[in-house]
Amino acid sequence: VSGDPVSDAIAQAFREDRAIVLATLIRQAGDFQLAEDAVQDAFEAAVSAWRRDGVPANPAAWITTASRRRAIDRLRRAEAIASRAERLGELLRLDAQVEDEPMDDESTISDDRLRLLFTCCHPALALPARVALTLRALGGLTTGEIARAFLVAEPTMGKRIVRAKRKIAEAGIPYRVPPDDELPDRLRGVLRVVYLIFNEGYAATEGDRLVREELCDEAIRLGDLLTQLMPDDAEVWGLSALMLLHDARRAARVDADGRFVALGEQDRSLWDQERIAAGLARLERAIRMRRPGEYQLQAAIAALQLAERTDWAQIAALYGALVRLNPSPVVELNRVVAVAMADGPAAGLELLEPLLEEPALERYQPLHAAHADLLRRADDADGAALAYERAIALTTNAVERAELERRRNALSRRGRR
Amino acid sequence: MSQYMLLLYAETVDEAGQAAREAELPLFAELHKSLREAGLLVAVQPLRSVESATSIRVRDRELEIIDGPFAETKEHLVGYYILECADLDEALKHAARVPLARYGTIEVRPLLPHEEWIAQARRAGTDDEAVKHLA
Repeated sequence: VSGDPVSDAIAQAFREDRAIVLATLIRQAGDFQLAEDAVQDAFEAAVSAWRRDGVPANPAAWITTASRRRAIDRLRRAEAIASRAERLGELLRLDAQVEDEPMDDESTISDDRLRLLFTCCHPALALPARVALTLRALGGLTTGEIARAFLVAEPTMGKRIVRAKRKIAEAGIPYRVPPDDELPDRLRGVLRVVYLIFNEGYAATEGDRLVREELCDEAIRLGDLLTQLMPDDAEVWGLSALMLLHDARRAARVDADGRFVALGEQDRSLWDQERIAAGLARLERAIRMRRPGEYQLQAAIAALQLAERTDWAQIAALYGALVRLNPSPVVELNRVVAVAMADGPAAGLELLEPLLEEPALERYQPLHAAHADLLRRADDADGAALAYERAIALTTNAVERAELERRRNALSRRGRR
Repeated sequence: MSQYMLLLYAETVDEAGQAAREAELPLFAELHKSLREAGLLVAVQPLRSVESATSIRVRDRELEIIDGPFAETKEHLVGYYILECADLDEALKHAARVPLARYGTIEVRPLLPHEEWIAQARRAGTDDEAVKHLA
């Protein structure tokens, strides 16, 4: 909040109304780039108009009308756009009835935003382009902010976004919600993009921290939007719950010196209880639909990890379900660690054997770190020392390396043979 | 409606492999019948084997003739379709029905509409008489 009422009103309209106006205008104008430019023009025009005439009573309606008129101007000049005459006619017709314009009803607005989301996340676009386009069109991030968040130069990110929009236009990627037979697959793709945005903000430790928190917030907002737009899908609620439950611990994950703090050692008073409550409520809602999926399972695991006394047996069972749904040695490793917490290191070591023989995991540092921890707990100090060495050799992160070295050195103090 | 070209790429295989592919020709026939009945099939044609390819370029008015395809790749262009589709989703859906998709790769490319090509030519200063012959 800057204290200047016009700037504040514009910032608020940008945050709350921009995506809605853009989503509708893309459908009406039939061109992503043109609609985006027109909305951009409208926001720029608002700065001087609102300073001169005051902030309008209904800023969203003002932006809608201004964007449409700018789109008409741009469409008149853009000869290359297919079916330009039709588009122009439609926009002019809409503009003529603007006097007693009934605001689009809720379902049209929702449909337009869903169309925009499915278009931005279309599988014919490269994954980084999907992520960038989604953040640009549906989130309120500028190209510069997106570039900083993903540690790319701004012109590179700008080109990526422009190329994606050009592909949408030239390849004929449709602006619509996919038909029922394609919807489940395509929705998984959308959820994946949203979760990727969240993880990019949450998991990485480098880069501009403020922008990274912004990514988590954007992903949570997108997750929230999806629960409003597609409330009948259990995984939509599951993903929203998962992000809220992880994000609730954001403040406790790093100590005053910027060091990573493991879950068991976190200061629980720093956890955001409101987010936890919201996440749990969403998880409940998802589970009641009785259509399990990977995000719900991960959210359930995150929920169990928040308990004072962790129920490792249940976490192990949930990882088991996750492995069956999505067989992956990485998820299996998580299951083994949970089993070892529930039933002791011997049980864990037995299950770890096949993973240690998996060629794909030979250089997977968490496997060797987990192996070392289990050997240490089983009082095999020599075996543990070897496994720690292996894990340390594979570590690129200085914070993790220090922690592994600390554990290895603690072994020798306990008296290795 | 727009036109899309499906470019079919596949690895060259030995005789047994080739026989297995030819055994699938009835599946192609079935697909083409269905595409034709839906009014979507503009053109379809296989190419002769890549061994028969010759590439040429003219540099400084010198003609250079090269035995072989434009680029040495594992998969080669073996045929194409031109389909009339509402949008990319429809084109991708039909591309996935081509039996070759199970062992090769299909590149889906929109064709540049004639009007756009003509508009390009006009912008470049081509006169109206010449433009008529472009497309």
